[in-house]
Amino acid sequence: MSDQFEPVIVGFLCNWCSYRAADLAGTARIKYAPNLRILRVMCSGRVDPQFVLQALLNGADGVLIAGCHPGECHYVNGNIKTLRRFTLLRKTLEQWGIEPERVQLLWASASEGTVLAAAVDRMTEQIRDLGPLRWSQKVLNGNGAAHPVAEEA
Amino acid sequence: MTENGKPKLAMYWASSCGGCEISVLNIHEHILKVDEVFDIAFFPCIADFKVKDVESYPDGYIDVCLFNGAIRNSENEEMAHLLRKKSKVLVAFGSCAYEGSIPALSNLTTKPATLDTVYFDNPSIDNPDRVLPQISSQVPEGNLTLPEFYNTVKSLDQVVDVDYYLPGCPPEPEQIWAVLQVVVGALTEGQPLPPAGAVVGAGTTALCDECTREKREKTIERFYRPYEIQPDPDQCLLEQGIVCLGIATRSGCGALCPSVGMGCRGCYGPPEGVYDQGAKMLSAIASVLDVGDESMEEAELESLIQDAVATIADPSGTFYRFSMAHSILRRVKNGKGAA
Repeated sequence: MSDQFEPVIVGFLCNWCSYRAADLAGTARIKYAPNLRILRVMCSGRVDPQFVLQALLNGADGVLIAGCHPGECHYVNGNIKTLRRFTLLRKTLEQWGIEPERVQLLWASASEGTVLAAAVDRMTEQIRDLGPLRWSQKVLNGNGAAHPVAEEA
Repeated sequence: MTENGKPKLAMYWASSCGGCEISVLNIHEHILKVDEVFDIAFFPCIADFKVKDVESYPDGYIDVCLFNGAIRNSENEEMAHLLRKKSKVLVAFGSCAYEGSIPALSNLTTKPATLDTVYFDNPSIDNPDRVLPQISSQVPEGNLTLPEFYNTVKSLDQVVDVDYYLPGCPPEPEQIWAVLQVVVGALTEGQPLPPAGAVVGAGTTALCDECTREKREKTIERFYRPYEIQPDPDQCLLEQGIVCLGIATRSGCGALCPSVGMGCRGCYGPPEGVYDQGAKMLSAIASVLDVGDESMEEAELESLIQDAVATIADPSGTFYRFSMAHSILRRVKNGKGAA
């Protein structure tokens, strides 16, 4: 066991493309970073920005949203909505001091197991360089937590 | 206060502007009824009370306490604990006590940056000795103390238990009167109170429900700041590209701002069932952006969307204008958020 920092990345993968890309990466025995915790959603357009914020609050160091390439969405344009939402979310998170590498959007079709694996490897390295987020402990530090409120420095 | 059997009413301001007190007085002649039914036990805005008066009351002495203002410093927090102990029913009154409101916008920056702006880096400030207020300072007459200024602004329920929330910046007088009538009914005729933790004096649906503007399919290509556009008097403001938080805001005010051509600011907080008003607004407003479609190349699509999103000048400050303390992440990580 090494004591290097292992980031926790929460992944919202769409049922029709990216989750299958992860499946393919598995069946093809592609080796990639084990840091991604995958949650399957029916469409990347299902990912409410609240999900991303909740993940960051509850200990995730990064969040990956993955869906079909534009033009290939099972629901025609769910992923276009994702892209619009993600673009605005990224701008907001930037104001909050959250590095853009921590929340990423990826297009990975069902045949792109290697693309997904490479993206997870890359994202894991980027977040490892940034260090842990640990929002509740490091940023809130008891501030704004449910009462009783911890002493503030 | 004499013991005359009347229920006791208190109202206190923590980090607030005083508008909530004015909105209570703005219930017009009903205020006479309030005075008839209640004994005022503590109300620094309108009558002379001291903290030691409150301290001398037995626990639970105050029947209803309307607490407005956010928790900005240690004095606010101390008063929240004191009034919680002395009150049977504690109401987070107004947007600041409910969800942080304008004071909590400073959660988009840090305490050092805020102090720097207020005491040093400001055209109207001359502070060559770089004097900052201290929690405790020794002077010949003795030790002087000031409350501690917190890094993070909190809502009332992040400090003490809250029985009811009455949203609005400020709450609308008729809504206040409606809530006071319920309380009076409960105290005098034993009528039931709303369930604990409820948002009172407001609706449950989105503000659009009570907005009379004409709503059609939303296809927005870019957003305009209020000075950039003369809005059509009848059409939905959002459809015209004016950021209006009505779609992510609780009804209850009668859509006052949209009715005069100003997009909803969001002061009634999130509708029933939504926790993070800003995130929901972000989600909704991005979905109705009508630029780019699935036939485009990825790069072209990204750049079109990027340009459209760039027309929203300050998403955090706009979507979280009233709800920063109650948002999921509650504050920014470092000072970069100061827009």
